[in-house]
Amino acid sequence: MTETTVNVDRGAAAIDVQNLHKYFGDNEVLKGIDFHIGRGEVVCVVGPSGSGKSTLLRCVNMLEQPTSGTILVEGDEITDPDADVDALRARIGMVFQSFNLFPHMTVLRNLTVAQEKVLKRGRAESVEIARANLEKVGLSDKADAYPAHLSGGQQQRVAIARALSMNPDMMLFDEPTSALDPELVGDVLAVMKSLAAEGMTMMVVTHEMGFAREVADKVVFMDGGVIVEEGAPADVLGNPQHERTQAFLSRVL
Amino acid sequence: MTDAAVVPKKRMSPRKRAALVRYVQYALLLLLVLFIILIADWGEIRRAFLDLDIAGAQFPNVIVIALKNTIIYTACGFAFGLALGLVLALMRLSSVGPYRWISTGIIELFRGLPALVVFLVLGLGYSLAFGKQLPGGNLGTVTLALGLVGGAYMAETIRAGIQAVPKGQYEAARTLGMTHTRAMVTIVLPQAFRVILPPLTNELILLTKDSSLVYILGLSLDEYELTAFGREAMNANANLTPMVTIALCYLLITVPLSIVVRRMEAKSGKAR
Repeated sequence: MTETTVNVDRGAAAIDVQNLHKYFGDNEVLKGIDFHIGRGEVVCVVGPSGSGKSTLLRCVNMLEQPTSGTILVEGDEITDPDADVDALRARIGMVFQSFNLFPHMTVLRNLTVAQEKVLKRGRAESVEIARANLEKVGLSDKADAYPAHLSGGQQQRVAIARALSMNPDMMLFDEPTSALDPELVGDVLAVMKSLAAEGMTMMVVTHEMGFAREVADKVVFMDGGVIVEEGAPADVLGNPQHERTQAFLSRVL
Repeated sequence: MTDAAVVPKKRMSPRKRAALVRYVQYALLLLLVLFIILIADWGEIRRAFLDLDIAGAQFPNVIVIALKNTIIYTACGFAFGLALGLVLALMRLSSVGPYRWISTGIIELFRGLPALVVFLVLGLGYSLAFGKQLPGGNLGTVTLALGLVGGAYMAETIRAGIQAVPKGQYEAARTLGMTHTRAMVTIVLPQAFRVILPPLTNELILLTKDSSLVYILGLSLDEYELTAFGREAMNANANLTPMVTIALCYLLITVPLSIVVRRMEAKSGKAR
């Protein structure tokens, strides 16, 4: 992968969501979502809390079971009852708001365990890939530390490195900076920016409007379980057409 | 009125009063100890509890047979109980309803029954009803009985430990492509067992003591564990010294375990 592949394969769909509905009990959280991310695209999903944006993200890798609808990941239907969800998940990196590093393992082991157990890579190869990714997020010196000894920002960068070590086709970010102290947000966003620049397909649920404006190819505004507005960041964030988008942006900006 | 005039009339300061109360407590304790020392018939006590000749005669059998058997019975029961407890805990957390019901039934049954009843049913009851012993003889019976009783308790401990691991840990493992089983074995259970190591060790201490119930099975001499051994020697000598001897043997097992538990609790307290 070279550094100038951003626009390659734009038309092909990395994630294709069709008519997605999701109920929690009687509560309809997603009300017929159609949603599309091309290869190499960075899409930021924004909206008020409770709008269903995290649920949408968690449906993409089936952490939440959609009630109905179809989701294609790199052309494979992950919602198909016969789909090998585990194998597909291994190709979809995910970063959580609460990091979710494995506290009983060193940073290095956090990065190698799934490579060995899921991808069946050898120890030496796993370690090599893990160290390369730690270097990428600027934490080479923390390989032997335990997660509890890292700051929140460092933990989140390790979590990104852990996901990258699986060589995923795409990365999902679920409010990756929301649990961080303000002064630690920048480091994590910097890593995400460099990932975007390398052409990684990214779906980012975030409240960081600056990041969305600067990095995203497309911004999706959700409210009340539907996509209200989507388009280029300059349009959606700079010149919103819908009242609800305007109201939301006036509150957060 | 000046301050100087007020102070002497006031009651004792709280600190001084607390000190006085403490002195009174020490004095009471001292009196009690003196009283016991004066009233006790030391010669008689020594003869009944601490006859060194009788104590000496218990060796080496109290160690090479009785202590050894207590450890074997406890270890077998605990190992089976741990395995059973893990299975019951996973069944309780299963999404398959009948698994949950079965496991809840087994747990409630064996937590609710006195261990002695379990021993009676599995030992005497089984051989009376079917005319033969359980496979493995007395060792098999004690393993099963202790395992069922211990496993029922450990199942609830293990379940609580698993549920104490944040859901995000399991989700993170699954998003890395791990199967449910792999995520449980590699990510969730190791964290759960860290939390529950102290209560599990406590369960081991309890089982050590419960292993004494094996006496109702009717043991041959080389199957004696500490309690049966002590009882036999007590009867033979009409003296309590053997009981003191086996009590010390029990403490030899349980006190180090208690210390280990306390260490682990202090350590995990620090880690948090």
